[in-house]
Order: sequence, then structure tokens, then C-alpha cells
Amino acid sequence: MELRKNNGPLKWCMITLVVVFLAVFLLLPLVYIVITALSKGIDAYISSITDEYAVKAAWLTIRATFWAVLINTIFGIAAAWCLTKFAFKGKKLISTFIDLPVTVSPIIAGLIYVLTFGRQSFLYPILDGWGVQVIFAVPGIILATIFVTFPFISRELIPVLTAQGTDEEEAAALMGAGTFTIFRKVTLPHIKWALLYGVVLCTARAMGEFGAVSVLSGHLRGKTNTLPLYIELLYQGYDFTGAFAASSILVILAVVVLVLRLWIEHRGQKDLDIDK
Amino acid sequence: MKRIRKRKNIIPGFGLSFGITITILSLIVLIPLCSLIVFTARLSFSEFIYTITRPRILSGYWVSLSTALIAALVNAFMGVIMAWVLVRYDFPGKKFIDGIIELPFALPTAVAGISLTHLTTTNGWVGKFFYETFGIRIAYTRLGITIALIFIGIPFVVRSVQPVLEKIDIQYEEAAMILGADRRTTFWKVIFPELLPALISGFTLAFARGIGEYGSVVFIAGNTPYETEIAPLLIMSELQEFDYAAATSIALVMLAIAFIILSVNAVAQSIVSRRVSGLA
Repeated sequence: MELRKNNGPLKWCMITLVVVFLAVFLLLPLVYIVITALSKGIDAYISSITDEYAVKAAWLTIRATFWAVLINTIFGIAAAWCLTKFAFKGKKLISTFIDLPVTVSPIIAGLIYVLTFGRQSFLYPILDGWGVQVIFAVPGIILATIFVTFPFISRELIPVLTAQGTDEEEAAALMGAGTFTIFRKVTLPHIKWALLYGVVLCTARAMGEFGAVSVLSGHLRGKTNTLPLYIELLYQGYDFTGAFAASSILVILAVVVLVLRLWIEHRGQKDLDIDK
Repeated sequence: MKRIRKRKNIIPGFGLSFGITITILSLIVLIPLCSLIVFTARLSFSEFIYTITRPRILSGYWVSLSTALIAALVNAFMGVIMAWVLVRYDFPGKKFIDGIIELPFALPTAVAGISLTHLTTTNGWVGKFFYETFGIRIAYTRLGITIALIFIGIPFVVRSVQPVLEKIDIQYEEAAMILGADRRTTFWKVIFPELLPALISGFTLAFARGIGEYGSVVFIAGNTPYETEIAPLLIMSELQEFDYAAATSIALVMLAIAFIILSVNAVAQSIVSRRVSGLA
């Protein structure tokens, strides 16, 4: 332990450097949003966030986030189950494709959906025949949100299920349990914290997505504007107080996400300790 | 060649989970990706080359690559220090610092973007100080883009180095000290080689993310052609003019760059791990 005691001045220099760096880069922008949002008084703040278009934008963000979390949860559980409990060819390829969406730029994500559903695509006449418009409309926004958060839940579940192995499920299956019973009684207790963690991360990213959604949105106020797009619109219209007021909602959600994350980690750790 | 058949798997639900996985994967990832490939095949090669070699596009790639590289280097340096401080030292407020490092993942990029921009314009709190004291403009310059990319990339290096540093056995350092190495030698010869693979992968992720980043950069960049126009923005403006061929061409080059960076990372990982295990 001698080693750790010996570095008085260096230790405090490094701690100061880290604190200053994080205060300037992380805390200052956060505090600044809150202060600017409230700069014209609480009444102006409240009227900004209860503006008709702000509420509609928030509502669309909630819808897109809901669908992204739902689809990615179903996908995440199915993919994690299938990739960790069974041996088959092409596993590596599937996991590469699952991780792909987070490595491409959000703008490129938007672009490939425009190419898939836009006017020049062979799908366009078919969908148009059904009266479905995907790009520059709500379905496009939802698809883009699903895409950018695609691996978030499966990526949390796969390591946990890999570490857990297949013995318990095999035992349950030998004793005659069905698929859903095994999942609910055997697998779910192991993965519940990882699943919740994935859902939290997915929610955070989904509600804040800007680039991909920006490509696919028609930018119609009250129709295809999500909260981040609405913020952009206000900011570009020099309504800074309004933009920062709307941002403050997302800031609060971001802080909630960070707190939830710590809580989940803490609880998950506790469960692990009990298991041991 | 015949393989020995594995023991039959008795866990149920393969068909169901595989079916769901493939269906959703196809709808969300594979079909859109195919349409990119189909569309690319329709592009003429000369048109493709013409688009991507226009000076404005080339300078867009350069702005994105250079600012992302500098930001990733800053984050690599600060990331190791942050990981070190969080793992090795105890001080009040440590838990809080550990908690807020993830903020750039949780905060929407557009929100971070407008806040950083507003702070660093020549009228903003930080920007005013730098402009009046040093005559440096931050917002609407490449410096501003770099600042936004540093913000976005903070968690990558810390979160990949931190767990590795936690696992390093203190005995190796003690042994090095007993054998007469000073602290600097111990760090560079004993600890640093262990951290290197994680550092490289964190750096690569931050770099790749920086090149593709849009939301946080687009406000602070000012978007002056040849000066502060980033590659993703160029794709965006081609899309707004419905020039899908040009947008796809620019995007293909960016995908190629991302692919090269990730491959270099994979090669670097295998070289480093071979060297470390060779030494052990």
C-alpha cells in the first residue's frame, strides 16, 4: 500500500485537472441550460414548455421512444436468447449486423431509410398504394429511432446470458417446463437488471435522437417535429429562452437516466452478492 | 469433412427466438442496407468520383477527420487520467464524478450543441472571456467543432480503461518498485502496456463517433463552406436538395473511412495482445 500513499502533490494535481475538465465540459453546459431557461422568469418558462407545439413535440418524442423501446426489447430478448442458448452457423454475422447501427453516422442512418422508402425506391409505389407514407412522416421518425438504438438492449443481455450458461435452462427443460415458463422463472431473474439497464439506455438515446430523425422528418411544426427538432427550430428562430426551456425537459430526463443507472447498478450488485 | 455432432440441445424456443431476431433484423437493418447497395450499384463510377473529389466535399472530410482526431486524442489523454483518478484515488465527490461521466450519452446531442454554442459565442460566458483575453473565437470555428466532439467523446476512453485498471494486480507494481524502478518507469513499463488495448479501442470508438457526429456539431460549427462544414452536414444538404446520388456517394466514403478505422483497431488489438502475451 506504500505505493498509493507516496503521491501527494501529483495526486491532487490530477484530481484538480479531472474536476476542472469535467466541470467545464459537462457541468457548465448543463447548468447554463437551466439558467438560460429560467432567465426570463418562471412564468415565461412555464408558458414556453406548455406551448401547444412544445407539447405536441414532446408527445411525438414519447411515441417514438415508446415504439423504439418496445421493439428493441422484444428484439433484444429474442436475439440474446437465440445467440446465447443455441449453437448455429452465422452467429457472428448476426451479431455484427446487430451492432452495425451504432457505428454508422446518424445522418447515414437517415439516408438509408430515405433510399429504402423514398420516391426512387421500388417499395414506394406499393406503400403509396396502401396510403402509407414513411419518410417525412411519423413512421420514418419511429423507424429511425428504432435503428439508432437497435443494439442497446441485446448488447446488455448477451454478456449476462453468456456468463450464466445453459445448465439451468436445460434442467428446467428436462423437467418439462415450456419455453415461456423457462424464460419467466429461470432466465428473467438473471437478466432483469441488465434488461432494465438496457431499457434505460435505449430510452435516453431514443428521446434525444437528432440526426437520423432530422433527415426523415418533414419538419412540420406540430406534426413531424420531435422535441430535439423543435428545439432546433426555436434556436434557429433566435427564441433562445424557448429553446433552452424545451431543452431543460430533456436535461431533467438525462439526469433521471443517470440516477436510475447508478441505482440499477447498485441493485444489480446487491443481487449478485446475495447469489454468492 | 464430417464433424462430430454436438449433443442435442434440449432448450426450447430456438425457432421462435430465431424467427423474431431475423424478422426484426431484416426489417430494420438488412433491407435498408440492401437498398443502399442497390442504389450504389446504379451510380455511375465517374459521377461518384466527380462528387467525392469536389473541393468542398474534400474539405468536409478533412474538417471531420481532423477535428475528430484532435478531440479523440484529448479524450484519450484525459480518459486515462480520469480512469486513474477514479480507480486509484479516494476523494470527496468521487461517486458524483463517476456518475456524471456518462452525461454525454444521456444528454441529447442537439441540447448539448445549443448549450455549447451559446456558451462559446463571443457574447457567451466562456466565449467572451477567450475573445477578449486572447482574441480567440470558439463558436463557428474548427475549435468549436473540436470542443463539441470532446464533449461527445468523454465517456468512451474512461469507460474502456477503467475496468482494466481496476483488475491490474498491485503486486506487479510492487515487484517493479522492489526491483528498483521509479514511479514513471513503473507506469510506462508495467501499467501502460496493460491499458493499451483498452485505450486504443476507446480512442477508436471516440474517433469513429466524432467523424459521424451531427447533432452537437451542427450548431457550433457555423457551417461555412471549406472552413467549418463537416461531412455529415454535406450529406444532409445534398438530401435537402433531393440529390440522393451525391448524398449516397459522400456517405459511402464515410462508411469506408469508418470501416478502415475499425479494421485498424482490430489489427492493433491483435498486435498489442500478442506482444503482451509474448512478454508474459
